[in-house]
Amino acid sequence: MTATASGTAVGAELALEMYGRMTLIRLFEEQANELYRSAKMPGLTHLYIGEEGVAVGVCSALRRDDWITSTHRGHGHCLAKGAEPGRMFAELLGKEAGYCRGKGGSMHIADHENGNLGANAIVGGSAGIATGAAFSAKRRGADQVAVCFFGEGALGQGLLYEVMNMASLWSLPVIYVCENNLYNEYTHYLEVTAGDILARPRAFGLETREVDGQDVRAVYAATAELVERARAGAGPSFLLANTYRYHGHHVGDVDRSYYRTKEEEQLWRDERDPLALLGSWLEEQRHATGEELRRIEEEARSEIERGLAFALDAPFPDASQVTEDVYV
Amino acid sequence: MSSAPSAQVVLELTFAQAINAALKEELARDPAVFILGEDVAEAGTPFKVLAGLVEEFGPERVLDSPISEAGITGLGVGAAMTGLRPVVDIMFGDFLTLVMDQLANQAAKTHYMSGGKLNVPLTLRTTMGATRRSAAQHSQSLHAWVAHVPGLKVVLPSTPADAKGLLKTAIRDDNPVVFIEDKMDYAVKGEVPDGEYTIPFGVADVKRPGEDVTVVATSSMVRVALAAAEQLEAEGISAEVIDPRTLVPLDVNGLVSSAQKTGRAIVVDEGHRGYGASAELAAVIAEGAFWGLDAPVRRLAALDVPIPFSPPLEDATVPTPDLVAQTARELVRG
Repeated sequence: MTATASGTAVGAELALEMYGRMTLIRLFEEQANELYRSAKMPGLTHLYIGEEGVAVGVCSALRRDDWITSTHRGHGHCLAKGAEPGRMFAELLGKEAGYCRGKGGSMHIADHENGNLGANAIVGGSAGIATGAAFSAKRRGADQVAVCFFGEGALGQGLLYEVMNMASLWSLPVIYVCENNLYNEYTHYLEVTAGDILARPRAFGLETREVDGQDVRAVYAATAELVERARAGAGPSFLLANTYRYHGHHVGDVDRSYYRTKEEEQLWRDERDPLALLGSWLEEQRHATGEELRRIEEEARSEIERGLAFALDAPFPDASQVTEDVYV
Repeated sequence: MSSAPSAQVVLELTFAQAINAALKEELARDPAVFILGEDVAEAGTPFKVLAGLVEEFGPERVLDSPISEAGITGLGVGAAMTGLRPVVDIMFGDFLTLVMDQLANQAAKTHYMSGGKLNVPLTLRTTMGATRRSAAQHSQSLHAWVAHVPGLKVVLPSTPADAKGLLKTAIRDDNPVVFIEDKMDYAVKGEVPDGEYTIPFGVADVKRPGEDVTVVATSSMVRVALAAAEQLEAEGISAEVIDPRTLVPLDVNGLVSSAQKTGRAIVVDEGHRGYGASAELAAVIAEGAFWGLDAPVRRLAALDVPIPFSPPLEDATVPTPDLVAQTARELVRG
């Protein structure tokens, strides 16, 4: 996906593209949940449903050769940066055709060709990697930028503060994107996060923005501006995107009543859904009819079905591969 | 040594000068190489190992960092994944505790977890070794911690010549390499071939040939073993001192062959004894040379205590030439 060269207003074409990509993520995740429930997937996974506007808004403002680092809740980032559902499903199932030959699984998908340096199962663990990629871009005189996705839970990790300091000192082209979905696993972030989130990056001299993560157009516009700054050599920034995780911390986290109410969940689904919000806007602006939006959804659904069939049919790696790729 | 010049000019360099020469040559050879660490530029590190490099290559390639060990290691991992060859300087090996997630969970696993698509050509230089009167948090030898993590290579040079050739190999390696220098070695002098050469990983070096007992020694313990071998020679015991030089990859055949030849083996290593590098080296020899051994393999290592400050206490924690010689006598004379 490419961003418009200048200006941050979202036109019909880009909005429709983003609608399609968000729909693809939603359907992918619903299918991933189904794979878990039907015991076809080894282990478990962390669903991105509800947060699609953040990944798609951010990645739509990036070039293919820009880098991202992702999290344990990373399928949305991966798809938004251009990955194919089939090879992703194959990775979730531990198949050789997966992005990591089945060695990474849901929490470690990397797609180097599309600039995805990998999901990371250590909370905040990729902050250094993204900052290093930005350092590399600057040192090599390339105009690439690096985006570090992390949840608000990573605000508890010291590494983030170490690298924001260096990014600012050396004016590195990195954007730290904090997806605040309100919950550090099973604990509301306000119980474990003192002070103001944006005061943290500001203390290091980073440019900051706060955005409604359910409004993909707003996420895109804010990111496009920060990317332009970074490419121009103006240094690092921090984007706080407020969003919500519809499902549990992971697919097995079904009884959530001890940390949040069903009413709260329903409110976000009914009133703050990023797909519904963009769909309404597209119709209001007469960029698309309801029929056209349903067609986009059908196309995404068939892409998911094809990808799933590919992954289910794909063979497991031969056990002899276990010792391959430890060293180059 | 590989690719050594045929008409060799030999220089007398300290260990620190040899490290400096390797970095200088690699910085000059490859623009992707850069050094990142605390006080690495004008200060040239507290050990002065990097003296003169920032003057020659500039602050863009020899960067003073904040005191953020995890951060600089993480930045190094990301830079390595995207086309650079960082040499990250972690002043004291004790600070490996601070970088462990970035080293063990990120650098070591990235190539494997990505199914072989991403590489991390990172060199992390750090130090080891007691008896500098630096107490418990600046004296540890933690090489076993990193050698336990698949995906990392671990280098323990013992001479100036090895240090130079092995460091050049480390920087050119496409894997993450932990390169550990003994602080007590920095001032030690040795002969170093002038000019370009590298030393392959996984090739043990016989530092002194012998017939009666094999002493496998790492890092500064090689000097201890050689001093013991001198003592033993006067008593008519011929000790072979062999240095694995790299713990990962390990030259299993080299160690086993030596032990089979002499029939007796002692391992001397400055890490703690319990679950340490000496245990792994002894096990490798016991498994591979069992039927050729006349006696059990012996281990000499740092005592399993935090390194104390008081000199007589600290000196009691590490193997000495006398201890190595005494152990060899016990093995040879039964």
